[in-house]
Amino acid sequence: MTTTTANATKLIGFKLPQLSEVFNRTLVSGAIRLIALPLAGMFTFLLLWSITAQNIDTSLGKFPGPAAVMEQFNSLYDEHQRSREKEQAFYQRQEKRNAERVAKDPSYEPKIRAYTGKETFLDQIVTSLITVMSGFLLAVAIAIPLGIAIGLSKPLNNAINPIIQVFKPVSPLAWLPLVTMVVSALYATPDPVVAKSFLVSLITVTLCCLWPMVINTAVGVAGIDRDLVNVSKVLRLPALRHVQKIVLPASVPMIFTGMRLSLGVAWMVLIAAEMLAQNPGLGKFVWDEFQNGSSDSLARIMAAVLVIGVIGFLLDRGMLTLQKLVSWDKSANQ
Amino acid sequence: MSVLLDISHIDMEFPTPKGPFTALRDVDLKIAQGEFVSLIGHSGCGKSTVLNVVAGLYQATRGGVILNGKEVTEPGPERAVVFQNHSLLPWLTAYENVELAVKQVFGNSKSKAEMREWIEHNLDLVHMNHALHKRPNEISGGMKQRVGIARALAMQPKVLLMDEPFGALDALTRAHMQDSLMEIQAELNNTVIMITHDVDEAVLLSDRIVMMTNGPAATIGEILDVDLERPRHRLELANDPLYNQYRSKVLKFLHERHSKPDVPVKKTVAKPLQTTENTTTGHAQKEAVEDAA
Repeated sequence: MTTTTANATKLIGFKLPQLSEVFNRTLVSGAIRLIALPLAGMFTFLLLWSITAQNIDTSLGKFPGPAAVMEQFNSLYDEHQRSREKEQAFYQRQEKRNAERVAKDPSYEPKIRAYTGKETFLDQIVTSLITVMSGFLLAVAIAIPLGIAIGLSKPLNNAINPIIQVFKPVSPLAWLPLVTMVVSALYATPDPVVAKSFLVSLITVTLCCLWPMVINTAVGVAGIDRDLVNVSKVLRLPALRHVQKIVLPASVPMIFTGMRLSLGVAWMVLIAAEMLAQNPGLGKFVWDEFQNGSSDSLARIMAAVLVIGVIGFLLDRGMLTLQKLVSWDKSANQ
Repeated sequence: MSVLLDISHIDMEFPTPKGPFTALRDVDLKIAQGEFVSLIGHSGCGKSTVLNVVAGLYQATRGGVILNGKEVTEPGPERAVVFQNHSLLPWLTAYENVELAVKQVFGNSKSKAEMREWIEHNLDLVHMNHALHKRPNEISGGMKQRVGIARALAMQPKVLLMDEPFGALDALTRAHMQDSLMEIQAELNNTVIMITHDVDEAVLLSDRIVMMTNGPAATIGEILDVDLERPRHRLELANDPLYNQYRSKVLKFLHERHSKPDVPVKKTVAKPLQTTENTTTGHAQKEAVEDAA
């Protein structure tokens, strides 16, 4: 017994410190890399920001530092809460009034009016997200079939490539007036299902984020391993099964690369479009604050800038996660 | 012997900006049912072109390929191909890769249960039953090639075409694969055309070795009948005088062709090349030239 314990102690006394040392070293270096360095970077940025901000005087007061922006985040959230309370109160009043009128006159059909208060910051975020996703999905629905067709057929590629190359670099701001006029002309129903401004933003987003997806899909499809195509030929797969079983899975990695690029473009385009066209959303929020010109405006715009950045980052991460879930190629790049 | 596959006087020209490039000239070969034929020759001599013509992936400029009395005009599962780099679909498991082929070939004639049994049977044949549900990137190069062979066998081809099937494998794995292939061949008695540039592999596996001259305008130089008893065992054969005789014959052929570029063939070919009209316009052929370049 004693000998075994002694042995064990010896063993532990000798081995454990070494093991834990190694463990600690990797843990510490990991912690430094993943936590300490990003924190240091962020802290330096905040410091530089607040120092610089103090030294910039604008006609709307000093440039907002981190503290001012934080304050505006709070006040934006408070405004949102208050607005929600008001809205609830409005609906309660309306219900009560309607109930009273129905009680007096049973044949009266109550009218329900929507609350028309100003959209809050959070409402604008939601609107922007809905618009960007709709525009992006519409682009996906057009770009992927088009990209596959171009990738499969050299003549089609030769025919369409110049058009893509010309339209790809066009800024959303150039499309916007055209889209606005066309939508106004063609979408002139008295009782629209969706708002005209929503449609204008959506189409502008689609037009701008179409191209990266078309190009990447086409490149992916055209670059399929010749051996795999030969396998399909030897098996005599019909055209549709060939696309479904060989072409689509083989080009999934490239398609996703295109989709990530496109979503990034879509988000940037959307903010610009909303700003210029006064469509509801974060862009309009920024423009309204700019026009408003209160002493808080710059801080509120800065808050919006940060939110836009964070959402863009999250959208990209979301696409990456989706790619990892869907794609057979697990080596999806960061 | 009854001829199953008749490669009848095929010429293959690829159009290039500088005029047609003749890859093959008058390749003529008759192969019997159950025969194992190797094509051997230096790189770029057009071995793969012959195989691709038989597979139907290329169309010969002149002459043609007749299988069972019918001319070959397009690729099809009765001429299954085992490609050099396995060419499994990376997003499918071993089982699913074979399944794709089986569904396509037997989708109408076999029930679901029969198909499953057939897929498993073929993966059994190549000793891959332990990794049915692994994807290509989870298994070794030799295992991938086994699955590739299982996929080809599962199509129940009349002719099995193998394009340097073991070329990318290490020596030990290659030896294992050759033994496996001999076993399968003994059991199924397939008709096989295999491209190789491994002399030992050719002698060990083949009934006939077709030695091709150097390109351009490559053709069949010599045909060697390998009259060794089956089953063959590599260790016993190592000291077999007949085996070594075959081996040195092939080596000699390859060595002579290599040291002396084939001047006479080139000369006789150069003239008709200029006068013959160019009839190749196919898309596949154009691509092949781009590949070669």
